Amino acid sequence: MYGSASTHDIPAKATTGLENEDPILLAEFEARIARGEKIEPTDWMPQLYRKQLTRMIEQHAHSEIIGSLPEGTWITRAPGFRRKMAQMAKVQDEVGHAQLLYSAAETLGKTREQMLSDLVNGKSKYSNVFNYPTPTWADSNVISWLIDAGAIVNQLANAKGSYGPYCRALDRICAEEAFHLKYGHDAVVHMATGTPIQRKMMQEALNRWWPAIMTFFGPSDKMSTHTEILMRWKVKMATNDACRQQFLDMYVPKIWEIGLTLPDANLRKNEDGVWEFSEPDWEDFKRVINGDGPCNAERIAVRRAAEENGAWVRRAMQQPQARYVRPLA
Amino acid sequence: MNPTLDLLYRLADDQLILGHRNSEWNGLGPILEEDIAFSSMAQDKLGHSLQLYTLLHELGEAEPDTVAFTRNAPQFHCCQLTELPIGEYDFSLIRHFLFDHAELLRFEALADSSYEPLALVARKIKGELKYHVLHANTWVKRLGTATEEAIERMQAALEFTLPYALGIFETTDAEPEIISSGLFIGEKELQTRWEASVSKVLAQTALTLPDLRTLTPVAGGRHGQHTEHLQPLLDEMAEVFRLDPTADW
Repeated sequence: MYGSASTHDIPAKATTGLENEDPILLAEFEARIARGEKIEPTDWMPQLYRKQLTRMIEQHAHSEIIGSLPEGTWITRAPGFRRKMAQMAKVQDEVGHAQLLYSAAETLGKTREQMLSDLVNGKSKYSNVFNYPTPTWADSNVISWLIDAGAIVNQLANAKGSYGPYCRALDRICAEEAFHLKYGHDAVVHMATGTPIQRKMMQEALNRWWPAIMTFFGPSDKMSTHTEILMRWKVKMATNDACRQQFLDMYVPKIWEIGLTLPDANLRKNEDGVWEFSEPDWEDFKRVINGDGPCNAERIAVRRAAEENGAWVRRAMQQPQARYVRPLA
Repeated sequence: MNPTLDLLYRLADDQLILGHRNSEWNGLGPILEEDIAFSSMAQDKLGHSLQLYTLLHELGEAEPDTVAFTRNAPQFHCCQLTELPIGEYDFSLIRHFLFDHAELLRFEALADSSYEPLALVARKIKGELKYHVLHANTWVKRLGTATEEAIERMQAALEFTLPYALGIFETTDAEPEIISSGLFIGEKELQTRWEASVSKVLAQTALTLPDLRTLTPVAGGRHGQHTEHLQPLLDEMAEVFRLDPTADW
């Protein structure tokens, strides 16, 4: 899990300011990227590139820790030893991804503390899908399989981007995500081919999650402007629509294969090999991403409580002069 | 109860319940690294309990999933220390410190158990517990020598937790036979070793270990008497499993 393009689009006002950059340095920078070179933390980069990447990596990191909450709820409820241990290891990976990503974002100049503070104060966002509830074990399985699958589509593309630390973090993350996908698929298959109770739970969870999954890659490119410069700088490596098409092509047949249905009568692959579907409710998407979803407040409240309850530990660790005031026996 | 079963149930239930509690730190740790560390220890403990329930299964008890996910609180033999809610980080850290020191010494001793299947499992488990103790010691030394605020919190957590920790060493009727048959060194000997072990670490901090002789151990867990916290934990753990116990999840 859990990064997605859905929150990465550049704000209109942010495209200004390029005229203040040194044109020679900017040309060299763009030439390096065009040659496929990686940009490293100490290299020159335009302010907009730094700002946009910080925002993108930070949101990805936030998505990992916030995303660990709905699945984490099911660690203590996972049915049987095998699932309990796997769910724990899987969710632990996601927290580890957050750790990697905050470190990558810190190379651009913003501290982890500042990023976490912006998260709990609502200044920075995370993947919108985690603002929806996971009322059953099957919902957790849907996340493990299909949200992680969506994230892999996105992250494999972004791993070929231009910023070295982010690409290296993504390479490691994708290797672990590949296991999550297998884990999620296995759990979903067990439910979808299991007892009537299990099959019903799984179908209902899929019906609940499908609209959110369809918005996972963000609004259609027709609606999302300003991506051109991000594509040129290899910050954004694939368009929202291209990612969505790739996801549908890879996973819809697998979903149908195990006897599950999808709640969209218009979903089909046309003669040109392009998937057609009902347009997601982007107004609802906007409303939820701006804070008014079913779980936004709960997710942020949990994170804020963790920050506040753990503050004394961080204060203690930041006082090196207080360490070992007694001799080590 | 047969002394081998009696011992194995106590060992396995401790590991399962504390492993479950440790897993609750997901998303709540004071730093991300601690979410990750507590998850690792939870996974180890779950794995240890599974190995021990498997030994029980080989002795004729039910399948590990059935044993873990269908019993009620009075049928559990964990000490009450393991079942208390995670509370704040100071409590969870001190519990982890006090419990895992005992656990490492316990499994080091069990590596020489006369019951060979248990000795084999113990040799594997003690290698992992070494890292749990290393983790606990590192943090107790760090926070126990840091700010006044941290030292006060750690001292209060230590004083709250110690009576429960002494409950680790509660014995059952099987104790004389457990010792005489060479299954295990016994709880009394373990407690002596444990006191030396935790004292040595605490002496390197600003924390004070109270005189343990003045404390009343919180016992009962080994005989199925538990706090009000265990049954809700078990209900939550089995919430999905019990929807359809015949299903393959």
